[in-house]
Amino acid sequence: MKLDLEHGVVEMAHGGGGRAMAKLIETIFLGNFDNPLLAQHNDQACFSMQAGRVAMTTDSYVIQPLFFPGGDIGSLAVHGTVNDLAMSGAVPLYLSAGFILEEGLPLGDLAQIARSMAAAAREAGVFIVTGDTKVVEKGKGDGVFINTAGIGVIPDGVAPSGERARPGDAILVSGTLGDHGVAVMSKRENLAFEVDILSDAQALNGLVAAMVAKVPDIHVLRDPTRGGLAATLNEIARQAKVGMELDERAIPIKGAVRAACEFLGLDPLNVANEGKLVAICAGDQAERLLAVMRAHPKGADSAIIGRVTQDADCFVTLKTAFGGTRMVDWLTGEQLPRIC
Amino acid sequence: MKYIDEYRDGDLAKGLASAIAREAKPDCRYHFMEFCGGHTHAIFRYGIQDLLPSNVRMIHGPGCPVCVLPMGRIDGAIHLAKQPGVILASYGDMLRVPGGGRESLLKAKALGADVRMIYSPSDAVALAKAHPDREVVFFAIGFETTTPPTALAIRQAHREGLSNFSVYCNHVLTPSAISSILEAPSVRDLGTVPLDGFIGPAHVSTVIGSQPYDYFAEEYRRPVVIAGFEPLDVLQAILMLIRQVNEGRFEVENEFTRAVTKEGNMKAKTLVAETFEMKRSFEWRGLGLVPYSALAIKRQWAQFDAEARFIVPEFKTEDHKACACGAILRGLKTPADCSLFATACTPEHPIGSCMVSAEGACAAYYTYGRQRRKS
Repeated sequence: MKLDLEHGVVEMAHGGGGRAMAKLIETIFLGNFDNPLLAQHNDQACFSMQAGRVAMTTDSYVIQPLFFPGGDIGSLAVHGTVNDLAMSGAVPLYLSAGFILEEGLPLGDLAQIARSMAAAAREAGVFIVTGDTKVVEKGKGDGVFINTAGIGVIPDGVAPSGERARPGDAILVSGTLGDHGVAVMSKRENLAFEVDILSDAQALNGLVAAMVAKVPDIHVLRDPTRGGLAATLNEIARQAKVGMELDERAIPIKGAVRAACEFLGLDPLNVANEGKLVAICAGDQAERLLAVMRAHPKGADSAIIGRVTQDADCFVTLKTAFGGTRMVDWLTGEQLPRIC
Repeated sequence: MKYIDEYRDGDLAKGLASAIAREAKPDCRYHFMEFCGGHTHAIFRYGIQDLLPSNVRMIHGPGCPVCVLPMGRIDGAIHLAKQPGVILASYGDMLRVPGGGRESLLKAKALGADVRMIYSPSDAVALAKAHPDREVVFFAIGFETTTPPTALAIRQAHREGLSNFSVYCNHVLTPSAISSILEAPSVRDLGTVPLDGFIGPAHVSTVIGSQPYDYFAEEYRRPVVIAGFEPLDVLQAILMLIRQVNEGRFEVENEFTRAVTKEGNMKAKTLVAETFEMKRSFEWRGLGLVPYSALAIKRQWAQFDAEARFIVPEFKTEDHKACACGAILRGLKTPADCSLFATACTPEHPIGSCMVSAEGACAAYYTYGRQRRKS
C-alpha cells in the first residue's frame, strides 16, 4: 500500500524491519537521497578514496522546533556535518544519516525533512550514501532526531587546527552573528516574538575552499555553533594557550538580533550560529583572507574582529564600544532569560 | 537601536568620564552603592570601572532577586515541584539556583519533577487552564518590578475560576533592604560601611516612584540618584552623586526621568496593596532576617496561596562559613577578597548568593572582570 504522506503518521511498524519499514525508506529516503552508492541497497557504502589525509565527523540533531525561519532539522543535519568537515579544510564527500522517529510524527513532515536534506546535500556537493531508521514509542522522542556522519579529504598543505593560534594572529568571522539562535528562539513555545531574522544555516565548504585556495596556511577554522562566538574563542584560546582581544565595534551583528537579545537579556556572543565561521591567520595575511571571504557570497559580511595575544590565563577580552574592557566568558549552563 | 544606542554612545561616555575626573576631588574618596543587579551588570558589561578615577569606587549591593532568596525558600520550591500532580512554573534564571542540598529546580526536573520555564506569570495561568487535572504553582520572586504581574495573574485566575493555580510568594521590598544595609546590627559587627551615596533602582522605581527614597536621604544623610540601566545612565548618576557629595547635599535626584516619576505607577501600587500584605520578617540570603522586607498573599486570596494550599516545610540552611557574601553585599569586601571566589565558588558551582545569578556582584565580576585581577 502507498504511504499516505498527507495524513499518515509514523507508526511502530515503520521501524519493525518489515514491509512497512521498507516502504517508508523507499518512499521518503531513497527517493530523495538518490545516488549510485545508496542505490546498491547494501548495509554499507563501499567507495574508493584518493590518497591523503581524510577527515571524519559525526553530529546529532535534536532541535525544537523542527521547522524554523530559514531552515529545518534536515537541512541543519547536513549543513552541520558538512561544516564540521570543512573546518578541517576538507572537501566533504559522503554523509550517513540515522533517523530516530517518534511514533505519531506526520509522514508529511518527515518527507519535507528528507527533501530538505536532499536539497542541502545537493547544494553542498555531498552524497548521503548510507543510513538507518528506528522508531520509538510516542513520548520517547521529540518528533525526530537525526544523526549524520561525514567523511572528506583534506588538500595538501592545508592543516587548520585549534592549537595553531599564535600571538599576533588576526581573528576573522564570516558574517553576522546570532542569526540562527534568535530565529529558532523566535519560534519556541511561549516565546513567539516577531522578528524578520532567518537562520543562517548553510554549508560553508564552498567558502572554505575559496579561502584555502588563496591563503592555504589558515591557522584555525571553527564554526561557532552552540555557545556562540564566546565559547568558540574560549575553546581555541585554551587549546593554543593564548589570549584574545576583540573589538566590539568590529563584530558584525544585525540590529534585529541585537534588539532581540536585548529584549531577552542575552548576549549575542553566546547565541548559536549554523552558517558562520571563525578564521585565525597570521596578522600579515588577514587583509588578503578578508578580501577572499568578502568576495564569496557566503562571506560578504566578513570582518576582522580582533587579534590573538600572549596570555597564560587564556582570557578572551573585549574592548567595548563604550570604551571599557571586559571578559568574554563561556556561558554558564544553558542561556536563560533574566527576570527583570 | 532607537532608545538604546543613544545611551551607549562612546563619545558621550568619554565626555562624562572627563567631567567625573574633573569634579572628583583628588583628596576625597567616593564610595557609591548601586543597589540593583541591573546596574552591577551594566558596570561590568561595559567596563565602566575603566572610565572612573581610582578614588571613585562602586560597591555592588544586594539588588538581585535571584541572589537574595535564601536556600530554604528554594528548597521549598523544589519540595512543591516534587508533589504528585504539580507543575511548578518559574522564571528561567531561578531554575538553576541551588538549594540547601545542592539540588536545583533544573536537577529536580532531570529527576522527573514537572518544572516549566515561563516568561511571565500569565504563562503560568495559561498552563493551569491547559492542564485542569494538574496543580500549577507559580514560584514568584522579585522586587517591586515583578510583583504587579503576579497580582494580575492571581486576579486573572480568580476571574477565570481556576481552582488549580497558586503562587509560592517570595516578593521582596527594596527600601527595607536598603535600611538593613545601613543599620543592621551585623553592620556594627563588621565595621563601618563606607557608603557616600546610592544609585537608586531603575525598574523598581518605575513602580514605586522616587518618593520612598526621601527617607534615606534625610535620615541617613546620603544622596540617592535614581538611574536607568544603560551605561550612560550609570555614568551620569555617578557624576550627579559626586556633585551632591562635593556640595554637601543629600537629596533624591532622578536621572531616569524618562521612566520614573515621584509617585510611581499608582495603578500598579494599588493592585499590589490590594493583593499582598507585609510579612513581619523575611530571611535574605547574605543579609539574614530583615523586618518588613517581603510580601505575603492577603488572606482573601488564600485559595491562590501555595503556602495555604500545600504543606511547605520550613527549610533552614546556613550559608558556607567561608562565604563572604554578607560583607560583599554591604560593601565591606569585594568579590576578589573572598577565599572561595573563582576557586570553590564559580558560576557553574555557586556557593554564595553573589555568585548565584548572572547579576550578582561575584558572578558579574567573574564573568566580565576576571582579567582585572592581573592589573
